[in-house]
Amino acid sequence: MDIAPNQVIRLIQNGQTDKALRSAAIWKCLSCFTCSSRCPQQVACAEVLDALRRLAAEKGVAAGGESRTLIFHNAFLHNIRRNGRLNEIELIGLFKTRATLADADLSFLFKDASLAPALRRKKKLHLAPGGVRDRELVRRIFQRCGA
Amino acid sequence: MAIGYYPGCALHGSSNDYEQSVRACLKVLGAELKELDDWICCGATAAHSLNEKLSVALPARNLALAERDGLDELLAPCPMCSMELMKAAKEIAADNRLRDEMASIVELPVTGRTKILNLIQLLERFDLKPSKPLDGIIAACYYGCLLTRPAGIVNFDDPEAPSSMETIVARLGAKTVSWNYRTECCGAGKTLCDEDTVLELSHKILTDARRHGANCLVVACPMCHVNLDMKQAAAGRRYGVDHDLPVYYLSDLVGMAMGLAPEELGVDRHFVVRLHHG
Repeated sequence: MDIAPNQVIRLIQNGQTDKALRSAAIWKCLSCFTCSSRCPQQVACAEVLDALRRLAAEKGVAAGGESRTLIFHNAFLHNIRRNGRLNEIELIGLFKTRATLADADLSFLFKDASLAPALRRKKKLHLAPGGVRDRELVRRIFQRCGA
Repeated sequence: MAIGYYPGCALHGSSNDYEQSVRACLKVLGAELKELDDWICCGATAAHSLNEKLSVALPARNLALAERDGLDELLAPCPMCSMELMKAAKEIAADNRLRDEMASIVELPVTGRTKILNLIQLLERFDLKPSKPLDGIIAACYYGCLLTRPAGIVNFDDPEAPSSMETIVARLGAKTVSWNYRTECCGAGKTLCDEDTVLELSHKILTDARRHGANCLVVACPMCHVNLDMKQAAAGRRYGVDHDLPVYYLSDLVGMAMGLAPEELGVDRHFVVRLHHG
């Protein structure tokens, strides 16, 4: 993290929200809730980081270097909107394609491909997993949430 | 009585070894699972990072399905799912306006009365008398992040010094070790988008477990398993060590202690496989 969660909170207190929104820290965050759980002032730091991510994504000011996380989250939600449940192959395909285009780094596209045979052997790879029956409903839920 | 079951996407995807383990383990314990009909994804980190309303609505749809089908309790073996379901249930139960809004979004009434259980909470209910005590196992019990956090939402065990897994594992006749990384995060869902972080954290967790004398790790989370088992070789290559530490789901150990063969629990489908200890 370029700045620690408590420093993110301090930036906001000092009126420097814009700097917090552009920090890499909000995208590096793992949402593990350690900061919220250990804050001596009971500040809900992790929840604040969530709010900053939403604002940064909305305003299009996400830090460049950490954009892979944002690309991943967007690809994930796109996938759920389409299928109702996660289709891993489809998610990996979309995320890798978008991230490769964003970084112009072709090696990223095939970086994990070597795991595929082992995953297949261990019956962990599903080319056509079952989705939900009522996919239209899932789309309506997304629409009503403005997603 | 049957317990409602919310598998979540991971257990129906590449973590289907966890589903095999949970199902086999609970069957041998005599618990009957009723899978939630037409469940949808809980939204996970992506939803709460990008759209707050959606992060309540997706779990709310599942809570509404459970209420409609008369399931008072729902087992969610993935801590990401269980935390999201618990959070939505708590928020909806406390706020009439949100309850009405969610009912219209998910097209079913929802009150948030469903009790959500993680795997440990369900296993704690059973009188675990091992028919095959786990003599050779010296386990480092690993909780990670969302089993015990946020404490105000999950209301389970102690977020700084948890003990529920050690209690169960000890009852199975295995030894447990005291170590430092029990509640550190493994990188969770960042496996694909920030692998460097995942490998660094996994390496630290595996190293500390080994240093304190463990011969295996025990987890109750599909993402922990991916980062510590599937990614173990990559973490080892990155840092020039061979960790060689099998990672079991808690249900694997319970099942094996109850006499199931490792293969029946899907243990042979892990990446780091050791079928016999001792």
